[in-house]
Amino acid sequence: MTEAAMDLEAEAAGVVKKFMYVNRKAPYGTIYALEGLEVVLISAAFDQDVSLAFLDDGVYQLVKGQQTKGIEVKNFSPTYRALEGYDIEKLYVERESLEARGLTADQLLVPVEVMGRDELVRRMEEQDVVIAF
Amino acid sequence: MLHIVNKSPFEKTTLASCLAHAGPGAAVLLIEDAVYGATTLNAAEGALKGALGRVAVYALGPDLEARGMKERVIEGVKVVDYAGFVDLVAEHKTSQSWL
Repeated sequence: MTEAAMDLEAEAAGVVKKFMYVNRKAPYGTIYALEGLEVVLISAAFDQDVSLAFLDDGVYQLVKGQQTKGIEVKNFSPTYRALEGYDIEKLYVERESLEARGLTADQLLVPVEVMGRDELVRRMEEQDVVIAF
Repeated sequence: MLHIVNKSPFEKTTLASCLAHAGPGAAVLLIEDAVYGATTLNAAEGALKGALGRVAVYALGPDLEARGMKERVIEGVKVVDYAGFVDLVAEHKTSQSWL
């Protein structure tokens, strides 16, 4: 069997890889947060083991109460609530990043798993694929 | 002089540099991701509060609202709308955007 044929066979057999999307940018100031979210939604179609990590300014993506009418930009924050419907339920938020910004988990718009930097690093190391935005 | 900053204080040093260079009586306007610098309990709060007695600090309201930060503005920071932004530019002889 050729290598390509083996790859096809593996795909058909439903090989599941661990994908982590690392979000480090605030929403709206740049396009990274929105584009990252789009890629996450696309990935949901492939039945992979997906997790999202939010650190640095990325934690701002999840803040409750975003109202974008005044800047005439699409408010994409409700989409994070829809992730559960796509079986994307592993949302990891770095505690150090929240604390540096004076934020707490109850100020976020979805249930998340808050963890220290060491634990987040450990989860990153477990992945087959890490994609950063 | 009006100083305009648009980057998060966690990602760029522009806000810190701007505050260090803004002379007495200057105005500093925070827009886009820089509005995070005008919010309470963040790690950059001290530097901004320290500058408040010396310079006037403004933050753009629509950018605060978009980011869910409207209720977290540091006391002493004035919130302006787009018309207020235009007024600030018109009132000051020069303006500088900290890129």
